[in-house]
Amino acid sequence: MNPVFRERYQQGTTALHRLDARVKLVMALLLALGVSLTPEGVWPVYALQWCLIAAVGAAGGLSAWRLGRAAAVALPFTLAAAALVFTTPGEPVARAGGLVITGAGLARFLSIVLKSWLAVQAALLLAMTTPFDDILAAARSLKVPDTLVAIVGFMYRYLYVLVDEAQSLLRARAARSAALPGKPSGGSLRWRARVAGGMVGSLFLRSFERSERVYAAMLSRGYDGRLRGFAPPPLDWRSAGWAALPVLLMAVTVVLAFVFRSSA
Amino acid sequence: MFLPPVIALHIPDGFLSVPVAAFGWLLLVAALAAALRQTRAQLGERQVPMMGVIAAFVFAAQMINFPVAGGTSGHLVGGALVAILLGPWAAVLVMTSVIAVQALLFQDGGLLALGFNAVNMGVLSALVGYTVFRQLSRLAGEDRGYLLRAGIAAWVSVEVAAAATALQLAVSGTSPLTLALPAMLGIHAAIGLGEALITAGALAFIRQTRPDLLQSHTAAARGSGWVAAGLVIALAVALVSPLASSDPDGLERVAIDQGFEELAQEPGYELLPDYTIPFVEHEALTTILAGVLGVLAVAAVTYGLARFVRRGQSV
Amino acid sequence: MSHHSIEVDGLCYRYPDGRVALENVSLHVAPDEKVALVGPNGAGKSTLLLHLNGVLRPAAGSIRVAGLPLEDRHLGQIRAAVGLVFQNPDDQLFSTRVYDDVAFGPLHLGLDEAEVRARVATALDAVGMSAYADRSSYHLSMGEKKRIAIATVLSMSPQILVLDEPTAGLDPRARRQLIGLLRGLEQQTMLISTHDMRLVSELCSRTIVLDGGHIIADGPTQVILSDDALLERHGLERP
Ligand SMILES: Nc1ncnc2c1ncn2[C@@H]1O[C@H](COP(=O)(O)OP(=O)(O)OP(=O)(O)O)[C@@H](O)[C@H]1O
Ligand SMILES: [Mg+2]
Repeated sequence: MNPVFRERYQQGTTALHRLDARVKLVMALLLALGVSLTPEGVWPVYALQWCLIAAVGAAGGLSAWRLGRAAAVALPFTLAAAALVFTTPGEPVARAGGLVITGAGLARFLSIVLKSWLAVQAALLLAMTTPFDDILAAARSLKVPDTLVAIVGFMYRYLYVLVDEAQSLLRARAARSAALPGKPSGGSLRWRARVAGGMVGSLFLRSFERSERVYAAMLSRGYDGRLRGFAPPPLDWRSAGWAALPVLLMAVTVVLAFVFRSSA
Repeated sequence: MFLPPVIALHIPDGFLSVPVAAFGWLLLVAALAAALRQTRAQLGERQVPMMGVIAAFVFAAQMINFPVAGGTSGHLVGGALVAILLGPWAAVLVMTSVIAVQALLFQDGGLLALGFNAVNMGVLSALVGYTVFRQLSRLAGEDRGYLLRAGIAAWVSVEVAAAATALQLAVSGTSPLTLALPAMLGIHAAIGLGEALITAGALAFIRQTRPDLLQSHTAAARGSGWVAAGLVIALAVALVSPLASSDPDGLERVAIDQGFEELAQEPGYELLPDYTIPFVEHEALTTILAGVLGVLAVAAVTYGLARFVRRGQSV
Repeated sequence: MSHHSIEVDGLCYRYPDGRVALENVSLHVAPDEKVALVGPNGAGKSTLLLHLNGVLRPAAGSIRVAGLPLEDRHLGQIRAAVGLVFQNPDDQLFSTRVYDDVAFGPLHLGLDEAEVRARVATALDAVGMSAYADRSSYHLSMGEKKRIAIATVLSMSPQILVLDEPTAGLDPRARRQLIGLLRGLEQQTMLISTHDMRLVSELCSRTIVLDGGHIIADGPTQVILSDDALLERHGLERP
């Protein structure tokens, strides 16, 4: 496995790991949807939702700390919403340079950050407890077109193969890029871009030719354009019922949020 | 950890309002349905292994960087490159797969936001990149300035994706357009330069090694409705998404805000300086206008560059 | 129709870039025969093998496999009869899970699920990889990949096995195991392209030398492997 990429999946046999991937996929989507539907500034409700997600995570052997830390990936993007702190009208609470920070702006910004952090955790409930193959199989049974699922499956199969090739290209370049102290290294921008472009180009050709060999391998085992697979196992409705509980609770928190907001 | 080069374009969940996100999914489903049909017609049974392996290629190629200046580095997104190599519809499928895997496997970009993330970086960048490339070819001549045309197409494709992202954030009330649009376009003008250079470099290599690959598909992609589709989607994004906004006060607040007015006077932000305030009251209209202005600006720049390429060639 | 033979007559092939890879190649392999195909890099071995189940189509010449002429209408039957193991197992193992890869062939033969599962179990057992069913192909060692690649065609119960460099990249132990495995497959006709002369002498009674797209020699393995001048001329060596 390539060390640069860390897939989120954690092996395990917990209740959440064993939950049917179709059910889990829908559950994660609905939980993320619930968080997104929650209005701004309802802090107690965010806390409730966090407890809810953490509880489901606990059923998958994921500590709230681990989930929360893994969900921090989305934080750099919050920069995109940072301007709200200044642009939302309201009581000024502070000044930074010539700009006024308003209380409403701060609340709005924090709400977006929190909601985003919670929604990523909801997505992680799926990603951390489900092998990618199972997610794909689930997507197929949920009527995502076969062809699309198959394409993503092929992509996943060759992802690390090609990442390895890209890395060996990068290593080969690094090995030949000597730099003398005090001198600018690596030639002109044009030349550097040309080298990187050449690497991308040769990676493309290798990939393209590989796709032709893979196609030949498929043909020789009887592929005729129709992809066949095993029929998915029947859905276990008991487990689906189990997963409905957090979804229902999430719905309750969303309703609470609106009540809370109109009374505030 | 490996940071994706276009982190600023992978919108996480929570940043788009639910109706906007839903609209993104709608657009994506329509685009995918068209792309699946078109590529099947062009590639037959080869569709699945080829699109899959090339999607893995894009993912891996995004790691290949080169130092630009001051510690920054150039990267590839890949939409325009794949569109030029395999045709626009194949590129839509490939890029959508890349973005879906990034969201599902590495949580780059949200699940609900996946619709628009794929529309921006997959559908728009592929269709627009290809459209620009073909139009420039028509204006400048098939065999002139090939790499320059490809580079311009790559740059425009990144800018369009950035503009669309800014638009969606604005409509969701997450970031005022007057700020998000110039900021996004500004940042991605630089990122797009890296994109342009790598795209041209890659095509130069491929043209030398397997020139046959560059000719074969061009004919197949012609007349398959890509121009119309690109325009329809670009216009849909520009025109319809503001109306889907559920946030009644998002942009209105922005428009009357004093903090914003101060900001608007800061130099770097005067690309579309006062379009929100003087003549247009309605916020959805404002956004539509901004979207149309954006599209027109890109079209004008493209046209100007095309003229420039042609003149440069004929001298 | 237990006609496990391969008949190639006057085969010519040129790649789209114009390179002529095979010229007037003729060879006949009788049922149950084990034949080695040797020759230097670029001789055309892989190109020849890819013709045997219609992945490549001849520019000229005729091919009959398992008694059937290689034509579109027989393609399905021919592909079911010929198990082709590619040179690079990463090309052959295209599914994300080992199990799905071994099941791919039988599923596309249109067998029902119980039959497919039985065949996958048998094939994985035959190559000693039953414990690997749920592993992803990417994480396997070269030797493991090669064995699973063979399982992916064994599960189709082919009458003819066509192997492209089965022992390349294997350590001595993995190589020994693989030769033992192939020795055990007595009922199948085999055509093996290889640079591994010990494999040739241990497994194949007959050897064909290919170079520059032409057949140079075709005869009993002992005779060919003792002709030093011939081996020398075509970049080969004694085991
Ligand atoms: N896809 C292709 N396009 C063009 N030429 C090719 C292609 N594949 C192979 N060739 C050429 O055809 C010739 C025969 O190649 P082939 O792969 O059959 O050789 P081989 O005997 O299998 O060699 P090796 O021992 O290296 O596997 C070589 O000269 C090779 O360069
Ligand atoms: Mg070979």
